[in-house]
Amino acid sequence: MSFDAYRCENGHVTYPGHTVCPECGAAQTETVDLTDATGTLVTWTTSTATPPGVREPNHLGIVEFDVAGGTVRALGQLTTGDVESGDPMTPVYCEELRDPDAGIREPESQSWDGYRFAPAEE
Amino acid sequence: MDRVAVIGASMTQFGQRDAWVRELLAEAGEDCLADAGVAADELDHLYVSNMASGEFEGQTGVPNALAHDLGALGAYTQRVDQTSASGGAGVYAAWQSVASGASNLTMLVGGEKMTHRSTAEATDVIASLTHPAEYKHGVTLPSFAGMTARHYLETYDAPRESLADVAVKNHRNGVDNPHAQFRTEVDRETVLESPVVADPLRLYDFCPITDGSAALLLCPESVASEYTDDYSVVSGIGGATDTHVVHERDDPTVMGGVVDSSETAYEMSGRGPDDVDVAELHDMFTILEVLQLEDLGFFEKGEGWHAAREGVTARDGDLPINTSGGLKSKGHPLGASGVAQVYEVHRQVTDDAGDRQVDADVGLACNVGGFGNCVTTTIVEGAK
Repeated sequence: MSFDAYRCENGHVTYPGHTVCPECGAAQTETVDLTDATGTLVTWTTSTATPPGVREPNHLGIVEFDVAGGTVRALGQLTTGDVESGDPMTPVYCEELRDPDAGIREPESQSWDGYRFAPAEE
Repeated sequence: MDRVAVIGASMTQFGQRDAWVRELLAEAGEDCLADAGVAADELDHLYVSNMASGEFEGQTGVPNALAHDLGALGAYTQRVDQTSASGGAGVYAAWQSVASGASNLTMLVGGEKMTHRSTAEATDVIASLTHPAEYKHGVTLPSFAGMTARHYLETYDAPRESLADVAVKNHRNGVDNPHAQFRTEVDRETVLESPVVADPLRLYDFCPITDGSAALLLCPESVASEYTDDYSVVSGIGGATDTHVVHERDDPTVMGGVVDSSETAYEMSGRGPDDVDVAELHDMFTILEVLQLEDLGFFEKGEGWHAAREGVTARDGDLPINTSGGLKSKGHPLGASGVAQVYEVHRQVTDDAGDRQVDADVGLACNVGGFGNCVTTTIVEGAK
C-alpha cells in the first residue's frame, strides 16, 4: 500500500490522479509516494453531523506536501482534533475509513482504505 | 439578439411540507402559469431543476410527470441536475431554449423533497457528489465549509463574529418573506452559542433541510408585453465549473466558478458589479456569502467579511444581499433554490417584493453547486 500522488510529463502533480493532467492535458506518467512524507496542515475541521457509517466526531484536514516541482495537497481524516493550522502531519494507513455498506454509494464502486493524518512526532 | 423575458414567477411555501416532489413541482408550476395568465398547453419547453428525486424519494422521470400533471403534454421536457446549483443551471437551460429560438414559451420548475429523510441521510445524498477520494473520508459539504471558514478567518484575520452577522442579517430578512422556512430573528450570541456542526461553524451558520418548489416563465422580450407589463429581462447569464476535488484549488478562499460565471454574465449584460442594486447569493453556509461577495467583484478578496457587520448588505444598506432571507432562513430545497433566487430578483426589479422591496433596477443571482464546483450567475433587470 502506498499513498500516491500523480505527476504528468510536464511536472504537474495532483492527488488524486485524473484521466489526464487537469493543468495541461498531458498523461500522468509517474507516481509520487507520500507515505513517508511530512506535510503541513493547511486547514481542518471537526465535523459532528456525519453521514451513515462515518465516525462521529470526524476530524478532517487538508495537508500540503512539498514535492519536486511544487506542492500537492490531500484531504483526509485526522487522528485527533487537537491540532492547529500549520502543524506538521504524517500519513497513517487505515484499512476502512468508513463503513462501505452504510452510505448511499455503491460499495463496489470505490476503495475504502486510505490515509489519515497524524501530528508528526518531534 | 432578442433578449429573454421573465413573464411569470412563483414559489411555494418552503419548509417541512407534507407534499411529495411531484405535488411540490405541480404547485409551483400552476402558480407560475396563473401569475402570467398562460395555459399549460401553450408551453413549448418545460424544464425541471432537481438534484436527487430518485435518491430522496424513489421518483425519477419528474419532467414527464409534471407535464402530465399540469396538462403540458407535447412540450419538450428535460430534467436539469447540477447538484445545489440545479436551479441556476435550469435558468440557464430555459434561457438558452428561448434565446436560441427553439422555444417561444418555456417554463422552468425547480423543486426538491428532502425533509422525510434524517439529517444524516440527506447529508449523505448531498455528499455523494464528492470524489471517491473525498467521500471515503466521510467529508460532507458542511465540513468543506468548516475548513474553508477556518482558512479564511486565519488568512484574513477576520473575526468569527463576522460570519454570525451574515446569519443574523439573513434571518432578519426572512421575517418578511411569507414563503420562508424560518421567520424568526436570531441574535449574534444565539449563532455563536449554537451547537458545533463543523468547527468553527455552528448550527446557525448553515441552511436547513427543506421541501419546496419555485418556477419561472420565459419568452422572447419582443412578445413579453403581450403577456404582461410587469416583466423583467435576463440581460446576462453565465455558468462555469471549478475542480471536482475541492482541495486541488490553488486558493481555497476563491470560488473560481463564481469568478468565471459572473465575468460571462457581466460581459453579456454590459453591466459590472457597481451596477448591481440587489443580489441573491448562495448562503448555504455563512462563509459562502462572504466568498461570493468577493468573487463577484463587490469587495476585494479578504474584505467581504466587513459587509454584514457594517450593514452594507442589509436591506437598507448600499447593496442589499439576500432580501428573501437567503438559503439561510428561506430554506434550501436543492433544485428549487436557484429558481427561487431569480424569483426574488424578478420581484425586486419589477417592484413587486412587498415588505422586502428595495430600490432596484438591476439584480443578480448566484447559485452555487457542490462546494463551488459548478456555478450559474444570472443578471435580471426591470423592463422599464
